[in-house]
Amino acid sequence: MYNKVVMDHFRNPRNVGVIENADGVGEVGNPLCGDMMTIYLKIDDDRIADIKFQTFGCGSAIAVSSMLTEIAQGRTLAEAKKITNKDVAKALEGLPKNKLHCSNLGADALQMAIKDYEDRLAGIERPEAVREEPHEHSHGEKCYCPYCDIELDEGVSFCDACQSSLEEEH
Amino acid sequence: MDVVNLDQISFKPLLAEVKAAMINAINQDYFNPSSQHKRGEQAAEVLDAARRSVAGLINAAAAKEVVFTSGGTESVNHAIKGVAMANAEKGKHIVISNIEHNAVIRSVRRLKSMGFRVTSVSVDDKGRVNPRDIAEAITDETILVSIMHSNNETGTIQPIEEIGKITREKKIIFHTDAADSVGVVPIDVQKLGVDLLSFAANTFYGPPGVGGLYIRRGTRIYPLLDGGVQEHNKRAGTENLIGIIGMGAAAQVASARLDQWVAHCQGLKDKLLAELPDAIDEYIINTHPVHSLPNMVSISVQYIEGESVMLMLDDDDIAVSTRSACATGSLRASHVLISIGLSHADAQGTLVVSFGKDTTEDDITKFLTSLKEVVTTLRNISPLYNKVSNSTA
Repeated sequence: MYNKVVMDHFRNPRNVGVIENADGVGEVGNPLCGDMMTIYLKIDDDRIADIKFQTFGCGSAIAVSSMLTEIAQGRTLAEAKKITNKDVAKALEGLPKNKLHCSNLGADALQMAIKDYEDRLAGIERPEAVREEPHEHSHGEKCYCPYCDIELDEGVSFCDACQSSLEEEH
Repeated sequence: MDVVNLDQISFKPLLAEVKAAMINAINQDYFNPSSQHKRGEQAAEVLDAARRSVAGLINAAAAKEVVFTSGGTESVNHAIKGVAMANAEKGKHIVISNIEHNAVIRSVRRLKSMGFRVTSVSVDDKGRVNPRDIAEAITDETILVSIMHSNNETGTIQPIEEIGKITREKKIIFHTDAADSVGVVPIDVQKLGVDLLSFAANTFYGPPGVGGLYIRRGTRIYPLLDGGVQEHNKRAGTENLIGIIGMGAAAQVASARLDQWVAHCQGLKDKLLAELPDAIDEYIINTHPVHSLPNMVSISVQYIEGESVMLMLDDDDIAVSTRSACATGSLRASHVLISIGLSHADAQGTLVVSFGKDTTEDDITKFLTSLKEVVTTLRNISPLYNKVSNSTA
């Protein structure tokens, strides 16, 4: 199901854990989707001095988090801001199609953690960490067919491209 | 490499007797059972013998009441769509439960698009249908009630006999999907009071891709496949004779050894449930404590996700199944687990551990040892576990 790189990062995840008094924290996903990720950053001189993650999710979600931390470690904030979910998937040498949009959230969590850091610097109060109620599309506004990966309109119950019924699944 | 197969609801190894019967069948070069020459008649006799063995396993009044199919899915499709088509003039209402297999759910969904109405009754938090709810759901328009005998995700057994009394009294056709029950627990179609019963050969160590549909004599139903007059006009197409012979051999062995298999599996299930608290904490058992199959247990391990657990156990050469959304490809938590009241997060951490006649106590011990380690590893990664342990600290 998963390639060797993904399996390696899943079985031996890098940078697992929590940074106490982190400079920035980013959290994405919800249990309804199946995956949740939290990224912790320690920033030193506009550079990611330390990065750690915690993930609730499938094999690819854990591998994505691990790979993301490896890519981001040591980068300047300007460089880190350019990291996308696609970059992570590419570094993992590919993910199964139906996992691309549900578990490939690492870069989103990183970007939220960087924003959290910048907000704190700017003196914007960090809102109390309250878990949001489950909702369908926490990862970007677009919606994709889980089977063939094509972009879909919100709320459709059938994918015309691959003839999959999405009534229950979507 | 020996893998500990604790995913026997997905696949059971073929019995030695089944392999021998199928290899012999191949070597016999049987003709087409529909042919009227000597070699055809010889094949027809073998087919009949298999049908009698299978009919015996479910205590059908006549062997003719068993139709061979390509498996549980075809049987279910045949039962539901066949009854709907044959009885549409009487009414267009069907009653099912919320926890049926997708073969049932998607069959009735297809019928809905053709003008049928469907009532799906809910289950209690232990996953059981209340027969009174079925009685209340039935209307003058109802032509079919379809309730599964046991659930494929939890192993919980439904009160089929009680529902059968209701449907008989109201003269409504009653189908039960017994794909996970026949050959695992004793099944007597006459005692259950069902008109139709779907089952599959691999459930009792027969070949995958072969199954049966019990059709009580006099039940109004159309074939799913139209064509020739095979299977007493109920299922057209040249018979899968080698597969059917395998199913017949499996049924014969199952009839003889079922009590022994039940006792063996029940012992393993009791051991698993007794020793699980020593291995892990914070889990939910989704299997009914009394009314359930002896050969499986559904466990929701909290704060972690099932596919990760399954993959890590696989590394230790232990095969289990998971009902997490991620692993099923549906990207949605199982409708069965949500129906019995699990939260999405808990449903995500669900493992189905299923065993069979060759499973040993040592296999269960290996599983528990490995599970303990895997759960610790994954909880250390999980932000949910972190939050809960912080808040309780």
